[in-house]
This record gives sequence, structure tokens and C-alpha cells, in this order.
Amino acid sequence: MSTNSVNYGTIFKNGIFGENPVFRLALSLCPAVAVTSGVKNGFLMGVAVLFVMTMVNGTVSLLRNFINPKVRIPSYMFIIATWVTVTDQVMAATQRSVYKEMGLYIVLIVAFAIVLSRAEMFASKNKLLPSLVDGFAMGLGFLLALVVLGIFREFLGKGSLWGNQILPGKPVLIMIMPAGGFFAMGLVMGWLNWIDRKFFGGTGASSGGH
Amino acid sequence: MWQHVLTIFIASALINNFVFSRYLGLCIFFGVTKRMETAVGMSFTFTGVMLIGAVLNWLIYTYVMVPFHLGFLKIVIFIGVVAAFVQAADTIMKKVAPALYYKLGIYLALIVTNCIILAVPIINAEENYNLMEAMAMALGSGLGFSLALIIMASIREKLELADVPKSFQGLPISFVLTGLIALAFLGFSGMITL
Repeated sequence: MSTNSVNYGTIFKNGIFGENPVFRLALSLCPAVAVTSGVKNGFLMGVAVLFVMTMVNGTVSLLRNFINPKVRIPSYMFIIATWVTVTDQVMAATQRSVYKEMGLYIVLIVAFAIVLSRAEMFASKNKLLPSLVDGFAMGLGFLLALVVLGIFREFLGKGSLWGNQILPGKPVLIMIMPAGGFFAMGLVMGWLNWIDRKFFGGTGASSGGH
Repeated sequence: MWQHVLTIFIASALINNFVFSRYLGLCIFFGVTKRMETAVGMSFTFTGVMLIGAVLNWLIYTYVMVPFHLGFLKIVIFIGVVAAFVQAADTIMKKVAPALYYKLGIYLALIVTNCIILAVPIINAEENYNLMEAMAMALGSGLGFSLALIIMASIREKLELADVPKSFQGLPISFVLTGLIALAFLGFSGMITL
């Protein structure tokens, strides 16, 4: 690595645990509640976000010396919108059934605070490779959060995982309905706070933001 | 005609309430409901921006994007229009009504990257609504969101006095609360069938 070496291990640890977008930073909560009624939807949404974040971070990093700081936020918005359009078109072409359910949320990746904040806070100051890794790690943290919520909700709500029936019947139907999404999110978040306080001496997640 | 517009209005405010059944705008929802005053300020600003933004986007979609087959660019164009409009409103308000600006200006900045503001024009475009329907949709969504903000702010003011387990303080208990309100809003779902 060059003079200011970047620790990739730290970046990954930050993205997945320390600064997990959903559970710790409390950013981009809408999709985390909206698409996690099944593991599969959560996973595909996570992959879409992972892709967008990696590509946006890469593009911003490459263009960081050409963008005038005064117009940087609009420029980032257009970069994000471009990559979201690409993702949207690919999803529409390849994943018809899933796209029908969550097409609106794919489009709305463009308004995710987490994507813009990583572009602004990390990619605009770092070289290409660290930026790509940072986008990937943050996206991975997001993906994991969605999958955890998806497993929790699908198992309780439908008694199945990834569409495979495990328990007979539907144990707690409310979990796959809108209200259940909020319950699941609150419970999982509280549970992670409890683990954090009990075993790692942390102070719990931030009290919310954008 | 009017009946249909009214149906869209009520459906978007109560049955498909953006917060409680479409799960959008949660960042602002949890961000500004700590105090009643901010919730009310946000409600006003939000409903205004929503209505004007939806009309602007509807005009551009119908008269520019459809004739030139630019539908696939809607994400880029809609977000550009909303951002430009909010920026312009910000500048004009600062000059023309400084008092109002100091009250509501901070909310304008937060609105640009809000998902509901973007979702309404996209839904309008997908459903091929005409201008009246698009306006009903925008106004209904704005008022529905305001209703959600005000309900939540009133509850959270009481929550200050409650004895919540340490791990659940702050965001987790707010999520559980929102779940309970969503459950109540589920009761509206049989009211109108679209």
C-alpha cells in the first residue's frame, strides 16, 4: 500500500459490526422494514444495495479530483441515481416476480442516506481500492441486517425459510404484516443493544437520525 | 370522477398510509417526532413540498418524458426536479419571508433526500394518474404523513415519563410503538376497495 496505508480488516469490521448501517447508525430503515417479510426478498434487496454502494463509492473516488466541492452533493446524487437506474433495469429484466413486489423500493435506493453518507465521508477522500472495499463492507453489513430480519420474520410469520416450509402452519402471522415489520425491527435492535451492553460494555445504538 | 379522486385521497392518507403500511419516510418519522413542535413544522413543510413536487413532476413526466420515451430516466429526472425545486424554495423563502425561513428552513434541507417525496411521483407515473388524481394522491400522502408524525410525537412526549428497559430505550421502543399504531391503521384497510 501507499504512504497512508488503509487497514481493510478495520473497514470490514466497521461495516458489519461497529457501524452497521441498520442496527447501529439507524440509517436507511425504510427498506429494512419493507422488504424483509421473506429471506429471499431481503437478500436480493441487500445484494442490490451492495452493488450500488460499491459502484457509487468507486465512481465517486475516481471523480473526486474533478468534482468542484461546491456542487459535490448534486453530483453524488446523479452518480447514485445512475447506478440505481442500472440496478433497477437489471432487476426488472432478470427477477420478474421479486421486482413486482419490491420494485418501488429498488428505485428508492436513490434516497438512501447510507449511500450518500459513505460517498461523502469516505469515497470523496480515499483512493479507488479502499473506497470499493468500504462500499462493499457497508453493503455487506446492510445485507446481513436484512437477512437477519428476514429470517426472524419469515420463520415466525410463515414457518418457512427461503420459501421452504419448516414448521406446519403459520405460527405468528402478524410478523409478515406491516405491523410485524416494526415489531421485528424493534425487538432485534433491542436484543442487539442488550448483547452489546452485556458482553461488550457498549452504550447501545444511536438514538436515530437520517 | 370526483368520487374517484376522493377515493384516491382517502386511500393514500389512511389505508396506504406511507409510514404504517408502505414503510417509507421512516428516517424523518423517527427523527423529528421527539418534540411536538418539530413534528408540526415538518408536517406543514412536507405537505407543501409534496404537493408542488408532485405537480411539477407530473407536468414533466406527461409533457416531456412520455412524448420522448424517456420513462427509463425517471429516477434521475424526478430527483433532479425535487432537489432543484427545494433549493429554489429555500432561496426564495430566505429573501421573501425570513421569519418563515427560520422556522421551516431546516426541514426543507432534510426533505430533499426523502423517499416519500420521490415515491409519490413514481407511483403517479406508474398508475398513469391524471393531474387531479396525482394532486389527490400527493395531498392525501402529505396529510397522512402529517397525521403519523403528530400521533407519534404525542405518544413520544408521554414516553419520556415511562420506565423503559435500558436496552429498549430510544429507537427500539419507538419501533414497537409504531408497530402498535400500524396495527390500529390495519383497521382502515376494509373501508374502501379500490
